[in-house]
This record gives sequence, C-alpha cells and structure tokens, in this order.
Amino acid sequence: MRFRTLRQLAELCEREGKPIGRFMLEEQAKESGRDEQDEFRKMFDYYQIMKEAVRKGLTEDTTSRSGLTGLDAQRVMRYIETGEPSVGHVAAEAMAYALAVSEVNASMGRIIATPTAGSCGIIPGVFVSSQQRFGWDDETMTYGLFAAGAIGYVIANNSFVSGAEGGCQAEVGSAIGMAAGAMTELRGGTPSQAIHAVGLALKNTLGLICDPVGGLVEIPCIVRNGFGAVNALAASDMALAGVRSVIPSDEVIQVMLEVGSSMPEKHRETAKGGLAQTPTGKKIMDQLYRGGSSRKSKGAGDAAGKTQE
Amino acid sequence: MRFKDVFSIIGPAMVGPSSSHTAGAVRIGRVARHLLGDVPERAEIRFYGSFADTYRGHGTDLAIVGGLLDFDTDDLRIPSSLKIAEQLGIEIEFREGKGSIPHPNTARIAARRGEREAVVTASSIGGGNIEVHGVNDFDVKFTAMYPTLLVFHDDRPGMIADLTRILSREHVNIGHMSVDRKGRSGEALTVIDTDSALSDDLIREVAQLPTVRDVRLVDLTGAKGGGSP
Repeated sequence: MRFRTLRQLAELCEREGKPIGRFMLEEQAKESGRDEQDEFRKMFDYYQIMKEAVRKGLTEDTTSRSGLTGLDAQRVMRYIETGEPSVGHVAAEAMAYALAVSEVNASMGRIIATPTAGSCGIIPGVFVSSQQRFGWDDETMTYGLFAAGAIGYVIANNSFVSGAEGGCQAEVGSAIGMAAGAMTELRGGTPSQAIHAVGLALKNTLGLICDPVGGLVEIPCIVRNGFGAVNALAASDMALAGVRSVIPSDEVIQVMLEVGSSMPEKHRETAKGGLAQTPTGKKIMDQLYRGGSSRKSKGAGDAAGKTQE
Repeated sequence: MRFKDVFSIIGPAMVGPSSSHTAGAVRIGRVARHLLGDVPERAEIRFYGSFADTYRGHGTDLAIVGGLLDFDTDDLRIPSSLKIAEQLGIEIEFREGKGSIPHPNTARIAARRGEREAVVTASSIGGGNIEVHGVNDFDVKFTAMYPTLLVFHDDRPGMIADLTRILSREHVNIGHMSVDRKGRSGEALTVIDTDSALSDDLIREVAQLPTVRDVRLVDLTGAKGGGSP
C-alpha cells in the first residue's frame, strides 16, 4: 500500500483524481497480486453476505446462545412502521439494520467482520439502508466497502481495532469512522471531506471502554452498533456540510492509541469492569457460568460445558 | 504493518460472535490442524488472558475445535463442532493457562495423532487476524495470511540457500521468513511465508534436502486444506 496515513490517502486520491474506493481496489490488487476483477468480486460477495445478515436479523429468530439478547431489530422495525421515530425514519432504519446484523452475529450466524465482529452491524446498517434510500447499485456499494477498508487499514496500522487491545473505541469507534468516511464518498463528497468525517466520528467515541456483560458480544455491543450507525450518518452529514475536524484525523487516531494503551485491563474485553461488573452484570455472569440452568442452549452450547475439567 | 490488506479490515466472512474470540480462534485451530496434517486423536487447548476469562461465552472453544476440524471461519458447522468432534472420537481438554503471554488473546494447542504432535502458540490480534509465536518449542512468527512453509531441519550452512533455490526456481516469492534453532548445529525450524500456492512436488523436493526432518504446509488461504474432517 502506498499510504500509511489518512492524509496521504486523501492526497494520493486527489492527485490521481480517483475516489478512495477505486484507489483502494487498485492498491489491493497490487498488494495481493490478483486481478482487480477477483478482488472486486470478493468484496461484492461480502456485500451480499451483509445484506443477507440484515434480512435474517429482521425476519428470523436471533435469540443468542445465552438467551440475553435477540429480536430488538424487529422491535425497532415495528416501531418505525407504526410510529414516528424521533431520529426520523432514515436514521431509525439504519439503526434497526445495524441491530439486525449484530443480533445475527450474537446468535452465531454468518457476518462480515467490519473491522471486527463486535462492530459488524454499523457498516451494513449504514450501507444497506442508504442503498435502499438512494437507489445505488451493488457495484457502488462494493466501491464504498473498499473506501471503508482503506480508512480502517490506516486506523488498524496506526492504532488498533480490537477491544482487548484498545477498548470499544477501537472496534465500534473505528467502524463508525469507516462508515462515516465511506458514506461521505458515496454521497459525492471529496476524499478530503471523507477523511474529515472519519476524524469527526472518531472524536465522539474516544475513551469508550469494552465492558461486555459476561464477556459476551451482546450487552452493550449490540445497541452500540445501533447507535453507531446513526452517528456515522451524522458525522457524514457534518463533513458534507463542510464541517472540518480541526484536529486532523490522523492525530485523532493517535489519541485513540494513547487512550487505549493507558486503558486498564478491566476495561479491555475482560469482563472485569464497567457494565460487566455492575450488580446486574455480575448476577448475569453468575447465572451464565456457575448456575448454568438459565442458559438457553443452541447448537452445541451445552457440549461446551461438558468438556470442561 | 500488522494489517496487510483490505480484507484484513473488511472480513473475514465468519460465524459470530467475536472476530478475536471466534474467527481468530478458528484460524489458530486450523494452523494446528495443518501442522499435524490430519484429524487429531486428542488435543489439549490452553487459554490465556481474555481467552481464558471469556471463552465459553464467545464460543472460543467451539471455534478452536472447528479449526481443528479444518472448518473455515464462516462454516455454519462451527456451533456444532464439539458434537462433531465427539462423534469422530476426538478427545478434547480445555485448560486455563498461567504465566506471561504476548497478547491478551492467546491460546496454546497441543494436538496429537499417533506419534505425531503439533504444538502451536498463537494470539488473535483483532479482526480475525492471528500471530503465531511458537511451534513445537521453536520461537517463530507468522500470520498464516499466506501459504506458509515450515521446514524442520538441522542447523547447517547452506540450508537457507538450498530452500530459496528451490523456491526461486519455481518463481515462488518469499514474503517473510523466520528461523529459530535450539542450539548451534542443533534442531532448527525455518518458516517461510510465500506469495503463491506451493505444489506437492515442491514440498516433496524440500523434504528430500539433506538434514530435513519434516516439512509442513499451513495454507488457510483456500476454503479447504490439510484434508477434510
């Protein structure tokens, strides 16, 4: 890859007169040694899996292995259909779709990690709902995924994208930044506007800890994906309106690294702090791991306990 | 660069719920499977750090065993992998590991079949990406993003030259290389990441080089490798 920073990415795209998505496809083909066509096809197929996950989450039973979560996307959809969501229909749909994909993930369904499974709802939430709204074709969306990937590539290599290393800001935060930047490009923004959208979005999640109840990718991960989709739309709108990230996006990424590196271990996916250690969080954990009786078992969930020492 | 391409960010396609604890774990299990070269008869899996704290909830146990069965990360059989392993008569034991670790999400797998044993220590670094730190007491590093050749041999002058001569003749480009030895002129392991698939003929030729004890190919780039369960 010819870029290490978002600034370099925007400059290269603007100099060569290419959108980020198109530029990233070419870089990817050079990196992998495969044809652009093959790389495009792979991403196109990933987008089909994302759409299928949205559909599944809105129509099928998404009760998780633990029984703690599921079907919230369908609750939100019914609410949208019968009421007037305060955030408006567009944002509420993006939110519902993001919840849908995260619930499919929690129930061991098939998803695309973007950049991780914990944050897998945000990009499909934004992309699939916007595609329906603006009538974009799947090819356009595929380029959008390459743009999101280029942004994520910079974040991951300069900071981190796992909750265990950098907290939730590294997962959900990165996904919001990626979705916001890609959405800005899909709406016709310049590479530089897309990069501003990333910085605007990331600033809003700095410091977010990873504190999953019972260690599961369920509470609060699923709702954070719903919120994340709405925030990505908001960051993109600000950037398209001309709002700039005064602290350059690359410097915001360095802050994410700084904050994540000094985050205590208990707030990095260990379930030893935060929401996981609230009285209710602890009670849930006890029921999951000690009592065992309240655990709804799906698939081989029960076998997991059997092979313990 | 820890993350090399766009598909280490968008992707993998995977069965949930966690890219670190599920998809990365599948890939760690698959590395052990490919090193062993066959379905294990028994496997001891040690979890460290966050893996140890939360593996049940994330299905890390199901994922590693799915990997030992050579399932890819999006295989819908992963949720039933422990049942499938039981049906195949594979003995599986989970333990919590102690001691210092290179990364919060680390696992050590000792898989055995007959006289053969493959011991792999690896970490899941996010987004389904992994870093292998050790193989059978050798400190070697690789990511399994590329077809990876592991050559067990005796430390001797000219070994690397012999290896690279064969690869270069077959136009196989080396992306990364890692060597460790247990002592001067003692047992050594050379690990080579390659940019393209490696033929069976090439692997046989490497196996016939002087002092080579064993050759293994870890190739997670295709949907299947190392024999199906």
